[in-house]
Amino acid sequence: MIGLQHYLTLSAMLFVLSIAGIIINRRNLILLLMCIELMLLAVNFNFIAFSRYLGDETGQVFVFFILTVAAAEAAIGLAILVVLFRTRRSINVEELNRMKG
Amino acid sequence: MYSYYLTIVLAPLFAAIVAGLFGYKIGRKGAHSITIGAVGLSCVLSFYVLYRMYWGGAEPENISVYTWAVSDGLRMEVGFLVDRLTVLMMAVVTFVSFMVHIYTIGYMHDDPGYQRFFSYISLFTFSMLMLVMSNNFLQLFFGWEAVGLVSYLLIGFWFKRETAIFANLKAFLVNRVGDFGFILGIAAVVMFTGSLDYATVFGQAEEVAAQSVEVFPGSPWNAMTLICILLFIGAMGKSAQAPLHVWLPDSMEGPTPISALIHAATMVTAGIFMVARMSPLYEFSTTALAVVIVIGAITAFFMGLLGIVQNDIKRVVAYSTLSQLGYMTVALGASAYGAAIFHLMTHAFFKALLFLAAGSVIIAMHHEQDIRKMGGIRKYMPITYWTSLIGSLALIGFPGTAGFFSKDLLIEAVRDSHWHGEGAVYWIAYLSVLLGVFVTALYSFRMFFLVFHGEERMDKETRSHLHETPWVVTVPLVMLAIPSLAIGWFTVGPVLFGGFFGDAIFVEHSRDVLAHIGEHWHGPMGLLTHTWQTPVFWLAMGGLATAVYLYLLRPDLPAKIKAKVEGLYNLLDRKYYFDDLYIKGFAAWGRGIGTALWKHGDQFLIDGVLVNGTANSVGKLAGVMRQLQSGYLYTYAFAMIIGLTMFLGWLIWFR
Repeated sequence: MIGLQHYLTLSAMLFVLSIAGIIINRRNLILLLMCIELMLLAVNFNFIAFSRYLGDETGQVFVFFILTVAAAEAAIGLAILVVLFRTRRSINVEELNRMKG
Repeated sequence: MYSYYLTIVLAPLFAAIVAGLFGYKIGRKGAHSITIGAVGLSCVLSFYVLYRMYWGGAEPENISVYTWAVSDGLRMEVGFLVDRLTVLMMAVVTFVSFMVHIYTIGYMHDDPGYQRFFSYISLFTFSMLMLVMSNNFLQLFFGWEAVGLVSYLLIGFWFKRETAIFANLKAFLVNRVGDFGFILGIAAVVMFTGSLDYATVFGQAEEVAAQSVEVFPGSPWNAMTLICILLFIGAMGKSAQAPLHVWLPDSMEGPTPISALIHAATMVTAGIFMVARMSPLYEFSTTALAVVIVIGAITAFFMGLLGIVQNDIKRVVAYSTLSQLGYMTVALGASAYGAAIFHLMTHAFFKALLFLAAGSVIIAMHHEQDIRKMGGIRKYMPITYWTSLIGSLALIGFPGTAGFFSKDLLIEAVRDSHWHGEGAVYWIAYLSVLLGVFVTALYSFRMFFLVFHGEERMDKETRSHLHETPWVVTVPLVMLAIPSLAIGWFTVGPVLFGGFFGDAIFVEHSRDVLAHIGEHWHGPMGLLTHTWQTPVFWLAMGGLATAVYLYLLRPDLPAKIKAKVEGLYNLLDRKYYFDDLYIKGFAAWGRGIGTALWKHGDQFLIDGVLVNGTANSVGKLAGVMRQLQSGYLYTYAFAMIIGLTMFLGWLIWFR
């Protein structure tokens, strides 16, 4: 029987994977964006699991909101990425260190 | 009369502002015209006020012009108290100042700071008028400080000269010492009476005198003694009494007209005037009067001695001023305020005359001031010669001159002032003023003979240019010579014995020596005919004869005497080592403290540790911290996750 803990474990694994993706990935900015999406999805998993478990639909409504926001964010992120590529001719994360102190 | 008083005071101020701020626009001629005009106007009006007061029978006036501030019942006002004492001072100040203004045209002829100088001397006149006409302590203090400030500016007028800068700083600092006492005295007055107004304070004098105050724990002082001594410390600074006299001879670094103004009418007379003005206070403290008389006596005699060894023409006159101021102070201490003010007045004329004459010689000698390089100038400069002679005779109190009446009666007053007891105080005072007469005659005529008689010791170049100075110089000399010679005759009786001062000067009845002398007063002629019976006359003649013998008949003797008493000569030449004491002692000490505070306190602690130290440590810390800012997104993300985990852990395990 698949219970709450399985969902939570999956969600935690996805979340950790996405964090690892952000930290380990040093090449591609698109991958970073994808990792952030994945992180949001992992959170969504938690919402849905708890919604089912507690029998409360509010969590699922939240998921829709998050998905909408995530879509908008992805669009903006990609737009920034395009602009960045135009100005710097690169989306390599290793080279994007202009915020250095 | 109100508008007259305002005009008298404000005209010189107005002229000073115009000449000072718009000097280049109005030019030299404009500058001297406006200042001389303004001071002349003040002078004429002052004489008119004097006339009205003395012959017209006008009552003394106490006018409040403007209330500057009221704080907790303490009124700070600008006001005029014009009584007979004030009126006399006003007339003397403006007259001498007027003469000096005219004279300045000649003396400062080639000076680039011409307009500036006129602006300063007008401002000086204004300050002094504010001082003498004041009706409260605050305005007195204002005038007091303003006079000090302008004297600072004027002594350092030739600010490119190292010595002038030194002298003006010295004058300023020494005056600060006196002013410190003075302001403490005013503070004490406010503390005990709660008022700054003369009339109120004098009205409460008796109650104040009944109180006592502990200055140092365990030693109660009479409140009035404290007030009077503190105020007198101010007078010591301003009127250059020992040991605060050191600034006055150095003030000779300024141009000669200013020496005349400082030494005759303004500045140094302020202290004497102040004590006379405060006579209703001083009369309640015999202790303070004893201090005054001893300080005055020491100054009168010992400063006179210094005049004998000086070689700078102006310094000789400067030391004579010190000595004469000592005389006035002695008279104040003997409760003979009238005699002090009378001597102040006659002294103003002949001292201004002597200074201006010295200046005239200096102009002719092309700014050579060493009397060893002069001699025999008599035939080149007859007017200067005769006026100087009159001035010197007046200074030594030669019978018939103005100085004779004032000095003779002053000494007589000291002789009769037995209320200090027959003790040391009385004898110090009396002997000092007596011997001072001999010394005065000696140094005055030493200078006179060295300058005007004997062989001509100047170089050829200077001699070929020697001639009488222009009329702007000689006219003031003559104008001052007339009162120096004659003013004693018709003022001595009324001023000293005629109750001239009225209520302006208060003397406790048992101590009123002038009234005592007045009982035997038979007019100036009577004094003149009895003069050869007094020691004063013989001492003056003795001094004169000594000078004749040493500097006319046997000019080789002074050098021999000097070699014989080398130790004494050095003592006098170094001015009793006062300068060394102050410069190497107090000044060096103060500078040592200053340097230590500057190096260790300011540079090290404040600058090094606190200000720059803070900045440096912030900078260093930032240098370390900036290494954290790698600029890579993943490090920031990592830091955020670590932080998040830490907060979560804290939430779970420690809450």
